[in-house]
Amino acid sequence: MFENFSHFLSVLLQGVPATVIATLGGIALCIVLSFAAGFGMLSPWRWARLIARVYVEVWRGTSEVVQLFWIFFALPLLVGFELLPLWAGILVLGLNHGAYGGEIVRGAVQAVPKEQHECAVALSFSPVQRMWRVILPQAVVEMIPPFNNLFIQLLKSSALLSLIFVHEITYQGRDVLEPNFTGQIALIYLLMLALYLVLSVLITAVMRVLERRAAAAVGRKPVEPAKVLGRVEGGAI
Amino acid sequence: MIWDWEFTGRIIPDILRGLVVTFEATVLGSIVAFALGLVLALLRRSRIRLVSGAVWVFVEFVRSTPLLVQLYFLFNVLPDIGVRFSSLTTGVIGLGVHYACYTSEVYRAGIEGVPRGQWEAATALSLPVHRVWTGVILPQAIPRVLPALGNYTISMFKETPLLLAIGVLDLVGAAQEAGSEAYRYVEPLTLAGICFLLLSYPSSLLVRRLERRVGI
Repeated sequence: MFENFSHFLSVLLQGVPATVIATLGGIALCIVLSFAAGFGMLSPWRWARLIARVYVEVWRGTSEVVQLFWIFFALPLLVGFELLPLWAGILVLGLNHGAYGGEIVRGAVQAVPKEQHECAVALSFSPVQRMWRVILPQAVVEMIPPFNNLFIQLLKSSALLSLIFVHEITYQGRDVLEPNFTGQIALIYLLMLALYLVLSVLITAVMRVLERRAAAAVGRKPVEPAKVLGRVEGGAI
Repeated sequence: MIWDWEFTGRIIPDILRGLVVTFEATVLGSIVAFALGLVLALLRRSRIRLVSGAVWVFVEFVRSTPLLVQLYFLFNVLPDIGVRFSSLTTGVIGLGVHYACYTSEVYRAGIEGVPRGQWEAATALSLPVHRVWTGVILPQAIPRVLPALGNYTISMFKETPLLLAIGVLDLVGAAQEAGSEAYRYVEPLTLAGICFLLLSYPSSLLVRRLERRVGI
C-alpha cells in the first residue's frame, strides 16, 4: 500500500506553493478590504456606509463558487481581458473573506469602551490620533482570534481554486488520481487532508504569537481560546 | 450588447431546476447535520475517554480541512470500498457530516448553557438518565441554539454549489452548463448569484429576528 507513498507526497507537495500564495494573497487583500468595509460601515458619511453595507451583504449573501466562476468566466467577457486563474482566485478569496472581516473590524471597534473615546477627546486628540493611538490598538487585540478563524476558512476555501485549474494541493491530488491507483485513493486523500491540517495549524501558531504580542502591548491577558470559540460560533455568518 | 434578455429567458427554466436540486441538498444536508451534530455532542460528553477523545479528533479534523476535498474523498473512496450512492446522496452525506461537526459545537455550548441547578433538580427528582435529557436539558438547550443552527443552514445553502465538483447539477452547475453551451457566462452566472442573494439575505434577517426573540 505504501510503495507509491513518496510519489504521492511529492506530487501533492508541488501544489503547496500555489496554495500558500493564494492563501497569503487572499489574506493580504482580505485584511485591506476588512478594514475598508469595517470603517466604511462606521463612517459618518451615508454613502460610505451604504457602499460598505452593500459590499458586505452581497459577498456574504452569495455562494463562493458562484463568485469564483463569475470572476473567472463572466468578468473577462464583460471587461474584455483575460484573468489568470491564480489572480482570479486571490481576488475571490480576498473579496469573499473581506466581507466577513468587515463585520469583525466593525464589531471590535465598537467593542472598545466608550470612555476610551471620551478620554481621547478630553486629551484633545484629533479624530485620526484618536483612532490610531487609542481605539485601534485596543480593537486589534479583539480582532485577532476571529481573524484566525477567518484565515483558516480562507485556506480551506483555496481548495476551490482547483475548479478553475489552479495547480494547488487539491488539483494536484486529483491529478495524481488520474492513473487510478485503486486501493490507494483513500491514502492520497488522507494525505491531502493532512497537508491542509498542517497549514491551518501553522496559521493558528502565527496568530497565537501575534495575539500574545498584541495583548502584551496593551497590557492585557490574551482571551481564553474556549471563550473565543464560543463567541465566534454563535456569531457565524 | 452585454446582456441578452432573450438568452436569459431561455435559461431560466434550467436555472430553476438547478435551484430545486440546491434546495434538496440543503434540506437533506441540514437534517443529517442537525441529527448527527446532536449525537456527536452527546458522545463528546461520554465518560469513556476513548469515545469522547475519538469524537474530538474527528470533529477537529473535519472542521480544519476543506469540504471540497472531503466531498472528493467520499465520492472516490466509497465506490472503492464497494459502497455505491448517487452523487446527490454522496453530496448530502458529505455536507451533513461536515456541518454536523460545526453544529455539535453549537449543541455543546447550548447544553453547557443550561444552569447547573437544572441538573441538580433532575438528580434530586431521581429521574432516569434519558428523562433528564429529553425532559429537562434538551428542551432548554435546543431553543437557545436554533439561531446558530439557522446560520449554519444558510452557510450550507451557499456551499451546495461545491457538489457540482462531484457531478450534481445544482443551481451553479446548471448555470455553468447553460453558459458553456452558448459561451455566454455573464447571464447565467449573474442569475445564479442573484438567486443566492435573494434567498440568503432574507433568511439571515429572519435568523437575526429569531436571535433577538430567544434573547442571545
